[in-house]
Amino acid sequence: MTAVVTILFFGVAYGMILYLISVGLSVTMGLMGFVNLAHGVFAMLGGYAAVTLMNQLGLSLFAALPLACAMVTVVGFVLERTLYSRLYGRSELDQVLFSMGLILISMALVRVVWGPLAQPVQLPDYLKGQSVVGGIELPTYRFVLVAFGTAVIVALWVIFERTLFGARIRAAVDNRGMAQAIGIDTGRLFAVTFGLGTGLAALGGALGADVLAIAPNYPLHYIVYFMVVVAVGGLGSIRGPFIAALSIGLADTACKYLLPEMGSVFIFAFVFALLLWRPNGITGKR
Amino acid sequence: MSGSAPILETRGLTRFFGPVRVTGDVDFTLHPGERRAIIGPNGAGKTTFVNLLSGRLAPSSGQVFLGGENVTAMSEARRIKLGLGRTFQITSLFPNLSVRKNVFLAVAEHEGVAWNLFRSAASHRRQFDRVDELLDRVGLSDVAEVPAQDLPYGRQRLLEIAVTLALRPRVLLLDEPAAGIPTSESHIILSILDTLPKDIAVLLIDHDMDLVFRFAQRITVLVQGSVMVEGTPAEIAANERVRKIYLGESDHAAA
Amino acid sequence: MTDRSNAAVLVLPQAGTVGARKILPMLLWVAALAIPTFAPGYTPLASQIVVMILFALSLDLLVGFTGIVTLGHAALFGAGAYTAGIMALRLTNDPLITALSGMAVAALVGLVTGSCMLRTKGLAFLVLSLAAAFMLHELANMATSVTGGDDGLQGVSFAPLLGVFEFDFRGQTAFYYSLACLFAAFLLVRRVVNSPFGWSLRGIRENDGRMRAIGCPIYRRRLAAYVISSALAGLAGALQAQITQFVALRSLSLELSGDVLIMLILGGAGRLYGAFVGVPLFMFAQDLLAKEDPANWYLGQGVILLVMTLFVPGGVLGLVERVRRSLGRGGRR
Ligand SMILES: Nc1ncnc2c1ncn2[C@@H]1O[C@H](COP(=O)(O)OP(=O)(O)OP(=O)(O)O)[C@@H](O)[C@H]1O
Ligand SMILES: [Mg+2]
Repeated sequence: MTAVVTILFFGVAYGMILYLISVGLSVTMGLMGFVNLAHGVFAMLGGYAAVTLMNQLGLSLFAALPLACAMVTVVGFVLERTLYSRLYGRSELDQVLFSMGLILISMALVRVVWGPLAQPVQLPDYLKGQSVVGGIELPTYRFVLVAFGTAVIVALWVIFERTLFGARIRAAVDNRGMAQAIGIDTGRLFAVTFGLGTGLAALGGALGADVLAIAPNYPLHYIVYFMVVVAVGGLGSIRGPFIAALSIGLADTACKYLLPEMGSVFIFAFVFALLLWRPNGITGKR
Repeated sequence: MSGSAPILETRGLTRFFGPVRVTGDVDFTLHPGERRAIIGPNGAGKTTFVNLLSGRLAPSSGQVFLGGENVTAMSEARRIKLGLGRTFQITSLFPNLSVRKNVFLAVAEHEGVAWNLFRSAASHRRQFDRVDELLDRVGLSDVAEVPAQDLPYGRQRLLEIAVTLALRPRVLLLDEPAAGIPTSESHIILSILDTLPKDIAVLLIDHDMDLVFRFAQRITVLVQGSVMVEGTPAEIAANERVRKIYLGESDHAAA
Repeated sequence: MTDRSNAAVLVLPQAGTVGARKILPMLLWVAALAIPTFAPGYTPLASQIVVMILFALSLDLLVGFTGIVTLGHAALFGAGAYTAGIMALRLTNDPLITALSGMAVAALVGLVTGSCMLRTKGLAFLVLSLAAAFMLHELANMATSVTGGDDGLQGVSFAPLLGVFEFDFRGQTAFYYSLACLFAAFLLVRRVVNSPFGWSLRGIRENDGRMRAIGCPIYRRRLAAYVISSALAGLAGALQAQITQFVALRSLSLELSGDVLIMLILGGAGRLYGAFVGVPLFMFAQDLLAKEDPANWYLGQGVILLVMTLFVPGGVLGLVERVRRSLGRGGRR
C-alpha cells in the first residue's frame, strides 16, 4: 500500500514536470513544424535562473518561479524572432542540426557561468523535510509542486480552450494557410507561442529542480524524455502530452522503484511499440 | 469503341473528407485508346478523383477496376505496374536532379533495373536511350543536364509528363498538364499526346477549354464530386446546364 | 546539389575540373599511406580518424543520400564494437572473423530496428531512432558480466592479422588495416551511390511522393540503404575495438551519434568525400578546443552547427564548390 501511494505520488509529480516542460514543445512543433531538440535548454535556464534568484539573491520560491519564467519567456521570444524563424521551412536535417547547436552552446555557457556541478536547490525550512499523510512519509516540497503544477495546467487549459488567443493557436495548428487567410498574423503568433512555451518549460525546470537535477548536461540528458512525451502525446495537442507525461512519469517511477535495473529499457521498449502502432501519437491521426 | 472491354472503370466511387462528400457515387468507364477529358469548376473533386484512381487516396466506398481487375485495395505501386500512370497538378519532380536523371529514375523503376546496386547507372545505355527519346518527344533535350528546379515552370510541366510517360502507361491520367503553360503554348501538350501509341487511354483534366475541346472525344463534367453530364464535345458545348455552371462564367478560365 | 558534381563527371567532361576532381583524392589516398613512415607519432590518431571517416561515410548513405535523419547511428557502431570485443574475449580473436561478425550483427540490428522504424517519418522516426539507441545503451550498461557495463570491455586483444601482422604498439598494422577497410568501403559506397539504386535513393530524398508515383517500393529501398549503412557502421565499430583493444559504453551513446552527424555535415553530406573532410576537421578542432575546458569544445561544436545551418549549408565541400563556381567560368548553366 505504502509502495503504491509513494509511486503514485512521485510519479504524478514527475509526470507534471515532464508535462510542463514538454507541452510548449508539442504546441510549437505542431504550429511551426519545427523539430526543436533544444526545448530542454529553456527548462534548464529556468532552473538555473530560479536557483540563482533564490540562493544568491535570497528571493522566496514563489517570487523566483514567476521571475525565472518571465526571463526565459523573453529569451525564447527573442531567439524565435532572431534565429528560429530563419529556419522555418528548412529541411528536417537543418532544424535538427541547428537545435543541436543551440543545446551545445547553452551547455557551454551554463558551464562557464555556473560550473560543471549540479545546482542544489535551497528550499526554505517550511518546505524541507517530510509530511506524513495517512501514515506515509512524503516530501513536503512535492506537495507544493503538485499543487502549483495543477494550478498552472488548469490555467493553461483555460487559455487554450476558452480564449481568443487559444482559438487562434488551434486554428493555426489545424490549417496555417487558412489561419493566415482569415487575418491571423502567424509570425507574431509563432513568436508569442514560442515564448510562452519556453516560459512554461522554464517553470517546469525551476519547479522540478529537485526532480531533474539542474546541471549543464540537462538538455542532452533528458532530451529523450521530452521528445518521447511530444511524440507519444501527438503534435499540436495539449491533452495528448498530458496523458503521455503522466504515464511516463508513473511508469518510470514504478520501474525505478520495482525494477531498478531494467526500468528504463521497459519503458522505451513500450514507447517504441506504441510509436510503431501510432506514429502520430495517441491523439494524432493514424 | 464501346464494343471493347473498358480499361478503367469505377463503380459507385465515393470519398468523404470529414462530413464533406468530395467524390459522390461516380460510375466512370474509359476504353483503350479513348481520349477523354474531365472538366469542372475549382474544387469539383477532379484531383481527388485522380487520387482515388491512382491509389493515393482510398475511397470511402465503391470500386476501381483496371483492365477488368478490381484494384480498389491495391497500392499505388501495384497499380503503376498494371499500367496506370498519372501526372500531378502541382509539379512533383526531383528538384536538385538533372532533367535526364528525373526521367531515368522512372525508366529504371519501370524496366526493373532500379535494384541494381553495383552497376553504374551511367552504363545503362538502353535505358538512357529511352530517356533521351522521351526528352526528345517533350522537347527538353537541350536542357537535359539542367537541374529540374532551374527550368522555367512551363518546361517543368513538360518534364512532369515525360517522367510519367517513362512508365509506359496503358492509362494516362493528366491532372491539369497545361496549368502554368501560357495558353498560346498549350498546343505543345497536344502534340506530345499525339505521339502516344493509339491504344493508350488518356484522361485529361484541364480548365483550358480550347485544349479540352480540341483533345477530347468525350467529355465528363464533374460538379460537386458527381458526374453531371457526359458526352461528345458538341453535346457538352450545347448543354444548357454546363454553359450556366461552367462555360458561362469564363471561357478560358485558368485555375 | 550532389548531382551537379556527378553530372559534371559523367556528362560534361571539362578537362581541368575532372582532372582535379580525380587526381586530388588519389593523391590524398597515397599520402595517407605514407603517414606511418613520415609521421609515426601520429599513426594512432590517424587510425582513429580513419575509423571515424568510415563511420561518417556509413551515415552519409542515410543522411546525405537517402535523406534519413537518425539520432541513433551509434547503436550500429556499438553493435559492431561489442560484437568484436565480446567475440575476442570468448570465441575467437581473429581480426577478420570478428570484423565480419561485427558487420553482420550490426546489419542484423539495422534490419530489425530499421524494418520497424522506417515505417514512420519525421518526429516519430527521430524519437524511435533515439529510443532504439537508448535501449541498446541501457542494455549494455546493465549486462555487466558480458559487456563490462560502465567500465567498458577491457583487455580485448586480437590475433595477428592474417596470422602474420601483429597489432604492434606503434599502431602500423592497425593503421594499414583500417585504411584498407576504409578504402574497400569507399569503393563500395561509390559504386552504390552511382548505381540506379543509389540514384533512386536520391530520388527518395528529393521527393518520396513522386518516387512512389513512379512505382518505387520506397520502404524496401530505404531499408536496403539502412542495412548497408548499418553493416558499414558495424565494421567501423569492430575496427575501433580492434585498434584500441577496448570497447567503451560511449560507443553506443547519443553523444557519439551527435558527433558523427556533426562530422558529416561539417564536411558536407551527400558528397562522398564529406566524411573525409569533416572528420579530420572535427578532430582537429576538438584537439584544439577540448584540451583546457570541455565547455570550449561544446561551444565550438555548437558554433559550428549554427554557422553550418545558417550560413554554410552543404558543409566545407559545398562551400568550396560554390566558391569555385563563382570564381570559375560563370557561363555554365
Ligand atoms: N486532403 C483533403 N482534406 C480535406 N479536404 C480536401 C482534401 N483534399 C481536397 N479537399 C477538398 O475537396 C474538394 C475537392 O478538391 P479537389 O482538389 O479534388 O478539386 P479539383 O476539382 O481538383 O479543383 P481544382 O480545379 O482547383 O484543381 C475541395 O473542396 C478541397 O478543399
Ligand atoms: Mg485539382
